[in-house]
Formats: sequence, C-alpha cells, structure tokens
Amino acid sequence: MSGTFVGMPAFPAAAHEAVRNPTLRGNLRHATHTIRAKRAKAVAELADWAELREAGRRIKDHTLRHLDRYLVQLEEAVTAAGGTVHWAADADEANRIVAGLVKATGETEVVKVKSMATQEIGLNEALLEEGIHAYETDLAELIVQLGDDRPSHILVPAIHRNRGEIREIFTREMREWGRPAPEGLTDTPAELAEAARLHLREKFLRAKVGISGANFMVAETGTLVVVESEGNGRMCLTLPETLISVVGIEKVVPTWRDLEVFLQTLPRSSTAERMNPYTSMWTGTTDAETADGPRVFHLVLLDNGRTDTLADDVGRQALRCIRCSACLNVCPVYERAGGHAYGSVYPGPIGAILSPQLRGTASEIDASLPYASSLCGACYEVCPVAIDIPEVLVHLRERVVQGGPVTREGNKAVLKPAKGHAAERAAMRAALWALTRPGALRTGQRLVSRTRRFHPRTLPGPGRAWSDSRDLPPVPAEPFRDWWRRTNGGRDTK
Amino acid sequence: MSGRERVLGRVRRALATAPDDDTPYEQAIARGYLRRHADLGVEGTVDLLAENLADYRAIVHRCALDELPGTLGRLLELRGSRSVLVPPGLPESWLAGVATTRVDDRADDTPHALDRVDSVVTGCAVAVAETGTIVLDGSPDQGRRRITLVPDHHICVVRVPDQVVPSVPVALERLAPARPLTWISGPSATSDIELDRVEGVHGPRTLEVVLVR
Ligand code: SF4
Repeated sequence: MSGTFVGMPAFPAAAHEAVRNPTLRGNLRHATHTIRAKRAKAVAELADWAELREAGRRIKDHTLRHLDRYLVQLEEAVTAAGGTVHWAADADEANRIVAGLVKATGETEVVKVKSMATQEIGLNEALLEEGIHAYETDLAELIVQLGDDRPSHILVPAIHRNRGEIREIFTREMREWGRPAPEGLTDTPAELAEAARLHLREKFLRAKVGISGANFMVAETGTLVVVESEGNGRMCLTLPETLISVVGIEKVVPTWRDLEVFLQTLPRSSTAERMNPYTSMWTGTTDAETADGPRVFHLVLLDNGRTDTLADDVGRQALRCIRCSACLNVCPVYERAGGHAYGSVYPGPIGAILSPQLRGTASEIDASLPYASSLCGACYEVCPVAIDIPEVLVHLRERVVQGGPVTREGNKAVLKPAKGHAAERAAMRAALWALTRPGALRTGQRLVSRTRRFHPRTLPGPGRAWSDSRDLPPVPAEPFRDWWRRTNGGRDTK
Repeated sequence: MSGRERVLGRVRRALATAPDDDTPYEQAIARGYLRRHADLGVEGTVDLLAENLADYRAIVHRCALDELPGTLGRLLELRGSRSVLVPPGLPESWLAGVATTRVDDRADDTPHALDRVDSVVTGCAVAVAETGTIVLDGSPDQGRRRITLVPDHHICVVRVPDQVVPSVPVALERLAPARPLTWISGPSATSDIELDRVEGVHGPRTLEVVLVR
C-alpha cells in the first residue's frame, strides 16, 4: 500500500507530537464530542437500531464469505449496463489503469470527489507524475490539498485546521490553482465556503473527466452509490463525459434491497443526520437520448491488501467497515493523538486494525498501530456493522508479538515474533486465556477489566515511546461500558 | 496473469480455509428490523415529511393543485428569479402563473448555460417522510440530474399523498435501480469548517418543496 506516509514516525512518536499541540487537541475535542452527542440522538430515533446493525453485519459477512461470486456478478451487471470493469491487485496496478484511462481521453485535468481508496493508493501523486492534475473538490479536501497537508479524519479531513488558518491558505494558494480567493476574504465559514464554491465551480463546469470512489456497489443491478453532503460528488458524477470509479472489492453488497439497511445506518452513524443531503446512484451509463451523466464509465476494482485481510479469520471483519467514522469520535486515544499520528488514510480505531492488515506489520508504524488503543470497547459499541475492533486489536498484538502465519500479497508467509517482547508474550498468553472464553469475548462485556492484571504500566516494544512520555491509564475495576451507562456517557461525572 | 485472475484467485485462496457456508442469501440475512418506524396514517406521514424537510432547512409550502401555478409564480417572484429551467415533461398547467423567463432544458446545453439560470422547477419520484428526503429519478417531469444541481434555487413539487412513503425500505421498493437516482435531503451543506454548518457549497443553496394535493 503506497499510502504509507513516507518517513512517518511510529504511532507513539507521532502521538507524542500531537498531544503537545493544544490547537489540534482543542479542535479534535470539540469535533469528536459534538458529533458523538448528535449521533447518539440520531441513533436513538430508530427503535430497531440493534436489528439494523445485525442485518448490516450479516449482509457484509455473507458477501465476504462469497466475495468471488458477488464480484463476478457485479462485473456482469456493470458491463451489461454499459460500463467497463478493471481489476487491480495493488496500488501500482490501479494507478496505472486510471492514468491510462485519463490519458486516453486526452485530458490533463480531472475533478475528484473525496475517496479514501484513491488516497490509499496515492492516485493524485501517481497522476501528477503522468502530467495529470487531480483536483479535490470536497471543501475539506480542498483545504488539505491547498495546504499541502494530509487529511486527519475520515469525515472531516481538515478538522485540524481552524478558520483563521483556512482563510490564510485560501488567500495564499487559490490563485496558484485557478480562480483566486475574493478580495477582503474574512474568516467566517460562510465566506470561506463561498470562496470554495466559486473556485471549484470554474473547474466543475469545464471538467471532462471525473474520478470517484463509492460507498456501495450492488452486485444484482450493477448500481454504484455515493453518499455526500456538499454536492461536489454530484458535480463529479454528473457533469464530466468520462467517470472513473476506484472502489475496494469489499464495498459490494448482494442486492438492491440491502441498501435499505445501510442508507439508514450510515448517515446516522456518520454525520448524525437522518439522511445526508445528497446520495447519487447510477447504473452503468445512460443512453445518448437522455444524456444524463457520463457517457463513459469505468469501474476499477481494488484489492491492495484486502484479500490478505480476508484470509485472516479474525481480522477479516475489518472489511465490513462502511467508513462512517463513528469509532473515531468515541476513541479517547484518537481524541488526543489526532488523525495524523496513525500514519495512514485510515485513522482512529478502524485505522489501527485496517492499516496493519492492508500493509502488513513490517514497518515500525504498522507494528505500533495495534497498540494505539486503550481497549475500552467504545468503538465496538458504536460501530454500525458491529466490528469487534478490540478483538482484532488483541489478535494483531498477538501476531506482532508471537508471530505466526499470515498472507501477504496473496502468498502464505510466517511472521517472525517481534524482538524484545518476551514479557509481553507471557502476558499475551495469559490474556488469551481470558479472551478466548466465549462469554468474555463474544459479548465484549467486561473485556478490559477481566484482563486488567495483564496490562503493564508501560507498553512493551513499539508502544514504549508512547508510554515513556505518559502513564498508561490505569484500567478501572468498573468496566467502561458499565461506567458509561451509570454516568450517562460521562456527563454526570467530572 | 490478468488483474482479474489474480484478484479472484486471491479471494478464492483466502476463503479456502473458511468454514463452509451454503446458507442461501435469503436465509443468511436476518431482517428483524422494521419496514417503517411508526404507523402515522396518511396525514401523519405527510406531516412528518414536512417536519423533517424543514428540520434540514428546506422551505416547505402546501397548496391545492389549482393553487399550484399561483404558488410557483409567487415563489419565483419573491426570490427575484430572472429565469427558470423547465424539464421537458413538467405539466404545462403548473407554469400557467409563471412570468419568469422560461428556459427549456436541452441535451446539448453546456454546464455554463445552466450556471446562468436562476431557478429550476421539477416534480419528484418519491418522498421519504422519516428522513425528509425527496428522490429524483430522471423522469420527464424531473429532467437530467444536472438541472437540479447547477442552479442555486430548486423548487420541487411533491404530490401528496401519492408520492409520499414512510421510510427508506419502502422508498427503495418503489424505485427502479437502472434509472439515474438522486436523493436530496435539504440543501447542499458542509460542516467542514470548525463544524459550523454552511448551506450550499456546490449544490443549490435554497431548496423549496411544495406539497400539492
Ligand atoms: S469500523 Fe465501524 S464505526 Fe469505525 S468507521 Fe468502520 S463502520 Fe464506522
């Protein structure tokens, strides 16, 4: 996965930097707490939330179990609807395919709607090497791109920037890229958004090629779904003549009807809305007569470590993720360390289990990610597809420490135990005893408290630098979830 | 080896050791969730739609069918629109009270031409009460997806109660996947700058919904 941030220090060092940045911590705290409270309210509106969550989990598990069948069905349906399907085993292959498709149109500029898959493969950089400029059109992505920066949150990528900084970036950079920022631009969000509107509209209206990801792909009908708020998605999916969508193979769902589950759980988990402002669904290309949308459609199905993740029977549940970002907003570690410390496009709890699986644990940052958690379980509680993130974290820690069989790039391999982990290996074996008791693990209840005597005061191995600068939070006798309920989500205590 | 063979081969090898599971799709998915979240009756469902639309900052109006031309004329006038886009299949009678310059949508219009129009009036395919959503499916009274995107002001006419459904599951049942579908819940919005909500980054800044019976 070429999306590794080059030269990225391991999580502990990066987190150490982040916790000393008061602006970042303030912004993050404000953001995560605001979204968290709103989400709880949006979820409480649906009496059948538990059933929707269970259905979402089962749809995804069923699809993953028969992924080959559903991908082939999807390919047939997209092709029948006038689209062309490409398959990419890794980032390089995907980038090569997309660059080739853009070049064939003769264009040197493309507009993009925010897509984690294309960030993951470093598509913009790869296109630039071929002389193609890719313009991010999501407001936050624009802020990030103009600021020559990295996104730090799945949903609000520029959460680490405040309005003063954004004004400064717009005033300085917009003229380099097209329409300059208006004279006398102030730092009110409305004026900043207007500046972005004018700057980007110029690009949308002349764009011939659009690039997107997708939230869902329906195998039965070949329909792709993009969920968004600003309308930049609609612009990229509607105005260009050619549309290229790069989508991870895990995004497929079997039937049209399955959307009824995710269109209810995704917006409420993500932006805490009953429904996001815009959802676009398109099936292949429309006929020339209606001319509604792109006349040429390419779908690039991306593996890039997903099949390696699929091969791991504990870790594969990470592929259920619908990228709602709810787990980020409840994570006490994310709240303090920030998105950049995770060194990948997938930050927070999901990043801590997804990145090391997509990329392997060979690098220091990836080996440290399974430790970027307090195992409090809040991420599991909010996850709309019930990914047991703590379970996978413990599994990955065990793998880093003890070694064992893994699949890398489609090949079976044996991971060597990490050096200097003898004490932890003993602790892991003990923890494993507790963790493999079905009652303890399956329900996730009291996970932390039951194993708390195995938790060291400082982290061994890759986690050491993190705990060197701060004490590990002592594990309370009362399980987090019980505390959460008793104190009304922490509001009733200090 | 082609990318296709490589990826499918990896998927199959990854699943080779997974326990067998021949449960057919219909049985594998538990659908214990609700088809709708409350039985509010016809009137109650329409009220809920109005309430949820307004909650997401769409401006809601109600009128009888014979008042519609007057309502549309007045809304465009209040807004100060100089031109209004009209999809090919919008009922002519709806526009009888509209004095604003009419622009017909034509397939060969450039996006720049659409950008010069002030308002657009469309019908809709279905409206979802529980979420406050209108869905467009590209039918002749709704036109191409771009015409409700580029102009800054969108007036959408919803026929109540026929076009109103209670929930997302019921809405999906009524829609044809092969059509180009756009689900709209309130005007375009962003919260990217310090989580302050701002309307209309790229799509229309103003969405007005007329519930007509
Ligand atoms: S892991 Fe779950 S909560 Fe986190 S982003 Fe994915 S779906 Fe959302």
